[in-house]
Amino acid sequence: MDRKQCCVKLSVQPSRGLMDEKFIVLVQNALPGSQLTIRALHQCEDGHSWEAFGHYTADTTGTINVSEDPSIRGTYSGVEQMGLLWSLRPIPGSKPGLRMRKKNIQTPMEVTISVYQGHQTEGFADLVPLSGVVVERWYMAPGVRRIPVTEGGLTAALFLPLGPGPFPGLLDLYGLGGELVEYRAALLASHGFASMAIDYLTSKFTIETGKMVDRQYFETAYRVLQQHPQVCKSRIAMIGLSFGTSITLKMAIYSEIIKLSAAVCISGTHVQPVDGSVEEILRFPYKNVGKTRFSEKDEVICRDLMLPIPTDPSLKADVGRLQCPLLLLVGEDDQNWPTQESALNIKEMMAQAGNSHLLTVLSYPNAGHLIEPPYTPHTRSSNFRPAGMPEKVMCLWGGQTVEHSRAQEDAWKKILVFLRENLYGDRNPTLFSHL
Amino acid sequence: MRGFRFIRGTMWSVTRPLLQECTLTCYRLLSAMTQAVPPILSVTPSRALVDEKFQVLVENLPPGCPVTLCSLHRSEDKDDWEAYGHYVSDHRGVVSVSEDLSFGGTYTGKEPMGLLWSMRPVPGSRKGLRLRKINVCTPMLVNISVHSGHEGFRDRTPLASALAERWYMAPGVKRIDINKQGVQGTLYIPPGPGPFPALLDMWGGGAGLLEYRSALLASRGYVSFSLDYLWSEYLSADVEFKYFETAFNIIRNHSQVIPDRVGILGSSLGSMVAFDLTAYSTIIKPRCIVCISSNHYHPPGTTLKAGFKILSKHFHKAHFDENNHMSWRSFALDLIADPSNNVEVGRINCPMLLVNGCDDQNWPTVETAEEVARLLREGGKEHLLSRLAYPGAGHLIEPPFSPHFRATKFIILNSKEKVILLWGGHTKAHSDAQEDSWRKILSFLQLHLYHSPSVKANL
Repeated sequence: MDRKQCCVKLSVQPSRGLMDEKFIVLVQNALPGSQLTIRALHQCEDGHSWEAFGHYTADTTGTINVSEDPSIRGTYSGVEQMGLLWSLRPIPGSKPGLRMRKKNIQTPMEVTISVYQGHQTEGFADLVPLSGVVVERWYMAPGVRRIPVTEGGLTAALFLPLGPGPFPGLLDLYGLGGELVEYRAALLASHGFASMAIDYLTSKFTIETGKMVDRQYFETAYRVLQQHPQVCKSRIAMIGLSFGTSITLKMAIYSEIIKLSAAVCISGTHVQPVDGSVEEILRFPYKNVGKTRFSEKDEVICRDLMLPIPTDPSLKADVGRLQCPLLLLVGEDDQNWPTQESALNIKEMMAQAGNSHLLTVLSYPNAGHLIEPPYTPHTRSSNFRPAGMPEKVMCLWGGQTVEHSRAQEDAWKKILVFLRENLYGDRNPTLFSHL
Repeated sequence: MRGFRFIRGTMWSVTRPLLQECTLTCYRLLSAMTQAVPPILSVTPSRALVDEKFQVLVENLPPGCPVTLCSLHRSEDKDDWEAYGHYVSDHRGVVSVSEDLSFGGTYTGKEPMGLLWSMRPVPGSRKGLRLRKINVCTPMLVNISVHSGHEGFRDRTPLASALAERWYMAPGVKRIDINKQGVQGTLYIPPGPGPFPALLDMWGGGAGLLEYRSALLASRGYVSFSLDYLWSEYLSADVEFKYFETAFNIIRNHSQVIPDRVGILGSSLGSMVAFDLTAYSTIIKPRCIVCISSNHYHPPGTTLKAGFKILSKHFHKAHFDENNHMSWRSFALDLIADPSNNVEVGRINCPMLLVNGCDDQNWPTVETAEEVARLLREGGKEHLLSRLAYPGAGHLIEPPFSPHFRATKFIILNSKEKVILLWGGHTKAHSDAQEDSWRKILSFLQLHLYHSPSVKANL
């Protein structure tokens, strides 16, 4: 053990935070000018190890402040307060195509942050760090409750903030991977929204009957959410990623029952057979399966399957009929769906229909398809099996890590502002004008 | 202070009707709102160590709206503790506890952490309560809520609530029960490879084994051993002394401890043990000591229990205040006037930090610190000493944001008699002392136990 550098003090504040909160990583009492590596290690639920690291030089007081000092090189460089999280990647020698997603959101993600002598790039497992701390990252704030929902044949989970409420509601949909993906809904509940994560591809109903759900399933989810005594009936929004966007637009525009106060569509398209069932919408891109391309690493590029954007109005959700504000998030390097082209077309359609005041487009250069909550490691490609398909394929999602991570951080902030304004915002400004 | 109260009273008679009007308007608005959406209450961070600050923010209120922010905690003994402050929202409908002023309640003024340190038992509770966490593996849960209006806020259901977790243990801190070589206690080890500097941590009498300070010290990077030393009857003072030396060596020899970086932190009776060990031991050498609510009274050749018996013979001289709370301060002052009763602190050769409250009604701790200073000065060792004396602070100087206890129930060790002991202190001043002293204690420990150069009197 190198005694020259004994008593180096490492601290991370806060040591327990929500997934979207920042932390300050501080090294103190190092030898002034010494070269140190700060590394994060996380073992995810499937047992794979992920790491990130940065190379630093202690200043004249023997201090390194990750929020203020630059990493010279590593899995991130420059002044990156949260680089130790967003640049996490599977350790060398791991299986290719991994993606980090937390299933059990009632426990925290544990990350061990350590500081090592010198500028190390590999073999960390064989080195003894100078100091190490454990950091907990939570999707659920204290007091948020998780309530499984099976009413009306739903496979869903409702996350309720603490307090009497009533709270605005959110329906949360992920994409073709299926299963019940809860982490975003849990995090949104931690920000004051009664959020229901919905499994609509591998629900109990589908598993038992072999049939896909249709519009009524989502309308049931809406009703169940609306009828909850702690949910504000008239302030319900929907947030969808990828295929979840297709459902969100379909419900927002065409459902007689679902009346949304706002919609957030991430990495999606409006291209869908307007009169199609959910199943038909799902199968629609596969008509052009021949247009699948492959990267030089043999990763599957699906974005062309829905290009060019059709001119036929029966093949596009009629966004001109939208009556609620829409926030559209686009990763310009999305290799999976034609989100940029779709966004342009949506803009045109809404301008023509006269409702473009409802539209906000956030377009991020070099961001990919999987725009997740902030500091989630960027997945440029991963082994993916769409629900109902027999095999996994290596799917190229796109994005360059640094820009994609910035996009996630910015997008999340703006999603929260958008939801707060449209769901918590005052609808009657005149009430307060005399104060 | 009196002038301030007069002005406030006059202002109150003018603003009160206006406030009532405002309140009524707000009630109407708020009740209309509760059919719609409630205000948004957030506590950031929602999970924190007990010595970390948080920000309490209320948004989406009507502008200029009187509200009350309230904290509620149910202790392990099932008592309810609360604090509250009266606020008025700004033109954007926001109340920020870190930025705004409280106009009344259990604290006033700009107090970001007032909802914690000003907590007291809810009206109707048992008397003489003290809030201490015994199980430190779980957090202290504090419910923070916002209510409409000021007076009678308790009669109204909260508009919004949030839950804050306050932890003594950082993630990765390990807790180990120690029962070794006759020594009992609990060891807390920081996460990481180590080895670490360490502390022998001792509380005073009447409390049982308290582990929370050690857990917090481990969360701040020190192996910390909360020593249980009042549970047994020792045959002699020598045997008792050996117990403490053995405890110190158990820490020193631990595989995750740097042997020459072990200090002692003692409060009240624990501070006496710290002085005693450091002054007289030939086999242990603490690198530094911290004495909170300093006490150096130890008649030679007596065990602690015997010493206590001697003390109790003076109880008839104790002063009882208007609430019948017992103060030992005045007879203790007489006792320590005789130097033969006290530890010869002039023999100490390591850096010392003494932390005391000027309103300590239990023990003449400030006078003790004066005496320590004088004795060290005589030996040319005053440079070893740092003293912190806080006006308005009492005897029970705890980690920051802990509620203040001016007087609490105490069971006299020997007779098992229950009294209410007056510790002293005035809440705001005492809480400021807790916050300031903790930071300074950590800074002192960091200097002497983490930094490379060692400060020794014989250099």
